[in-house]
Amino acid sequence: MYTDKVLDHFRNPRNMGEIPDADGIGTVGNPVCGDLMSIYIKVKDNRIEDIKFKTFGCGAAIATSSMITELAKGKTLDEAMKISRGDVASSLDGLPPIKMHCSNLAADGLHAAIQDYLKKKGAEK
Amino acid sequence: MKQRIYMDHTASMPVDPRVLEAMLPYFAEKYGNPSSVHSWGTEPRKALENARAEIANLIGAKKSEEIFFTSGGTESTNIAIKGVANRNKDRGNHIVTTSIEHMSVINPCKSLVKQGFEVTFVPVDRYGVVDLQALENAITDKTTLVSVAYANGEIGTIQPIREISEIIHRKGALLHVDAVAACGQIPINVQTDNIDLMSVSSNDMYGPRGVGALYACTGTRIEPIIQGGGQERGLRSGTENIPGIVGMGKAAEIAKAEMRNEGERLASLRDRLTRGVLKSVPASFLNGHPSKRLPNNANLRFSYIEGESLILSLDMQGIACSSGSACTSKTLEPSHVLLAIGLKHEDAHGSLLFTLGRQNTQEDVDHVVNALPDIVKRLRAISPLTPKEMLQ
Repeated sequence: MYTDKVLDHFRNPRNMGEIPDADGIGTVGNPVCGDLMSIYIKVKDNRIEDIKFKTFGCGAAIATSSMITELAKGKTLDEAMKISRGDVASSLDGLPPIKMHCSNLAADGLHAAIQDYLKKKGAEK
Repeated sequence: MKQRIYMDHTASMPVDPRVLEAMLPYFAEKYGNPSSVHSWGTEPRKALENARAEIANLIGAKKSEEIFFTSGGTESTNIAIKGVANRNKDRGNHIVTTSIEHMSVINPCKSLVKQGFEVTFVPVDRYGVVDLQALENAITDKTTLVSVAYANGEIGTIQPIREISEIIHRKGALLHVDAVAACGQIPINVQTDNIDLMSVSSNDMYGPRGVGALYACTGTRIEPIIQGGGQERGLRSGTENIPGIVGMGKAAEIAKAEMRNEGERLASLRDRLTRGVLKSVPASFLNGHPSKRLPNNANLRFSYIEGESLILSLDMQGIACSSGSACTSKTLEPSHVLLAIGLKHEDAHGSLLFTLGRQNTQEDVDHVVNALPDIVKRLRAISPLTPKEMLQ
């Protein structure tokens, strides 16, 4: 059902955990629907210096969360904002059609974390 | 080689080798049509009637003519519900069923609603037992049919069928019982239980797929769905699937002979699995009735994590089971059965269904009990819902 890459990221998730002093946190999804993910970012010089995730959900939800942390790490905020759901799915060699919208929330989570960072930064000024 | 453990017998069962052996001659040697006048038809015709008698014997039917072969449990249920509703329209347009039925009951009922029938879904308690008072209240003088599963295939709860049939018959309706999950697992007697119609499936008792049967008590008025050459006394046309039917007959014969001992063995394995998991995994629970449940069914629930990722993790260790999570369904909704017994969506997502079978051993059960705690722990470490103190 899943590609080898999905299973690999499910089995060995990259950057799993929380960042206690995160600069931005994005939480998307809903446990009622079976998927909830939180993305934590640390930003330095407008770049994502560190990123971690925590996810409740199916194999696809965990694998896409793991993949987004790999795609976003080291990117500028502008570059990271351009990472789409499709990029995440294709980096995993595809997802089953039914999982494309329900469990492919990781890009939204990343974007929410960046927006949270920008909002907090704006408030500081 | 890594140990492989199959505990998903509700999804599919292996065909018993004795069943397969009984079927084989009917593919290429004894291939005649039972309706033929010439001698090629003689043996297949005998085999067909012999299988019919085996099914009748398994479920305690008065006469083997009350057994009609179909393509499986789903078709039997469709014939029972749509066939009885349509044939008895002159008596009423109301059907009653429960909130935890299989989709092969729910969807025919929904299609009847589109044709102008009314359907009432009776609730169940937190163990999945039908609310008998609500059932009684739901039946009106327009009710022609009530459909209740003997036991629920997902949470394993066995219904008080005799009490249910007493209520239904007192109110003048007919009772259809979906016995797909129960037949071959626990003793059923359609006469003492007073059942009018009953659906059974071959694969759910180690027979081949693509064959099932409908029991219909003599005199029950049913409109056929599949029409043609008039086989199965006009109720289900189409040349009989003789190899499949022979297989189902053999499966029924074996189930009748071995059910008592095998049921006791499975129930003890089931309890060992349930006790072992509940003891070794914190925040884990049993879904369904603690004692009135199918001997092969253990439906367990784990807080803070999701069932599909549990299945994947178990599969990586060679263990197969099912889940009521939305992520394993085609509808993106968690199991309606788990919601009907009052579980919250997020809890329903975290359910695992183990259904044991003839090949499972105590060693298999112990292997699963040993594997689960680390799997649950790993997924809980990934989940943002897990309370911090649980991770220490």
